[in-house]
Amino acid sequence: MIPAAFDYVRAGSAAEAISLIGQHGDEAKFLAGGHSLLPLMKLRLAAPSVLVDIGRVSDLSYIKDAGDHIAIGALTRHMDVETSAVLQEHVPLLAHAAGHVGDPQVRHRGTIGGSIAHADPASDLPATTLALGATYIAQGPNGTREIAAADFYQGFLESALAADEMLTEIRVPKMQGAGWSFQKFNRRAQDWAIVGVAAWRRNGDSGVALVNMGSTPILATSVSGALAQGASVSDAAQLAAEEAEPQSDLNASPEYRVHLAKVLVRRALEAASA
Amino acid sequence: MKISVTVNGVVHESDVEPRTLLVHYVREVVGLTGTNIGCDTSSCGACSVHVNGEAVKSCTMLAVQADGQSITTIEGMATDGVLHPMQQAFMENHGLQCGYCTPGMVMAATSLLKENPNPTEEEVRLGLEGNLCRCTGYHNIVKSVLAAAAGQ
Repeated sequence: MIPAAFDYVRAGSAAEAISLIGQHGDEAKFLAGGHSLLPLMKLRLAAPSVLVDIGRVSDLSYIKDAGDHIAIGALTRHMDVETSAVLQEHVPLLAHAAGHVGDPQVRHRGTIGGSIAHADPASDLPATTLALGATYIAQGPNGTREIAAADFYQGFLESALAADEMLTEIRVPKMQGAGWSFQKFNRRAQDWAIVGVAAWRRNGDSGVALVNMGSTPILATSVSGALAQGASVSDAAQLAAEEAEPQSDLNASPEYRVHLAKVLVRRALEAASA
Repeated sequence: MKISVTVNGVVHESDVEPRTLLVHYVREVVGLTGTNIGCDTSSCGACSVHVNGEAVKSCTMLAVQADGQSITTIEGMATDGVLHPMQQAFMENHGLQCGYCTPGMVMAATSLLKENPNPTEEEVRLGLEGNLCRCTGYHNIVKSVLAAAAGQ
């Protein structure tokens, strides 16, 4: 399978990339690692007329300790997130979840920013950063702005990014010793989750987000609310799908997904509470 | 677009369409057909090659993205007619049946050992999660990789 023809331009910096995307309008797309976009283009589900390759904007590949949070450059590859000693210490849930994206070959190319900007509800890192209360930094022609993960995901493959904005950084609060768990249920190791759960818990606080339980990653606020009120893990887990609107596909019916979500949230919270 | 790619140590200057996939570039422009196209959907790993020493699926990368980079294919593994230790281990441990997945398995396995020189059996299985063998010959593939690791 070969993508439809397109023009290719390579950006050397974020500013150049934003300028290039502005020149080419709505038909242009950023290309980072390409592991979300290129499969869609090969299937002709996407046919941008211009690709702006940001894969070599190397100053956007970093993981920095910024005090109360860790700052991750948008072009940091999954393999680098997975193996980062800084993230393993301060945000172990994210490092662990990054190790479950695709397979090693995919993790050598795919980037955290690409995965988040693609906004696929079936991807692991949008839901994981949502559970962690991350903030995303977007750069556009008029400067940068912060977007809370909770406000970012607006529909299936739709984010709050404007057409001429580029995701440049992901800021993830340090977990401060919170218990955590990442549950990914699938049939083959490399597959997307049929349902996934990213969860953390520290005293009365918690964050629980669901993978592939709707048109966006879903923050399970009812679960966290119940835990804050003192509900047991098994009672709180019964509320797992309150915010979800799961789809039917080849792998599972909505009813099965709801069942899975409750089971996986319970398992995640049990692990995070241990 | 004009690109310059080092393939198995040799610099190739070519003019390719931007939509040319790396696997098509390797097979049809450079003429190295050891890299197989399997699923063509970044699932099976048959097309795995090394980009700057790391395994990637060449069906999910554009040739223009490889401009200025160093690519190694299965043809670049043996030196002076002597098989790479991973190839030798596959041969000695019956790590291939039909052989279609083998080039990708060897490329993924060598990349794995570079990152984790002494993997457990489970780590080998996880490390090869991106490579499918339709003969289901995983047992001896894993055995081959463990043998190659032990022989390092």
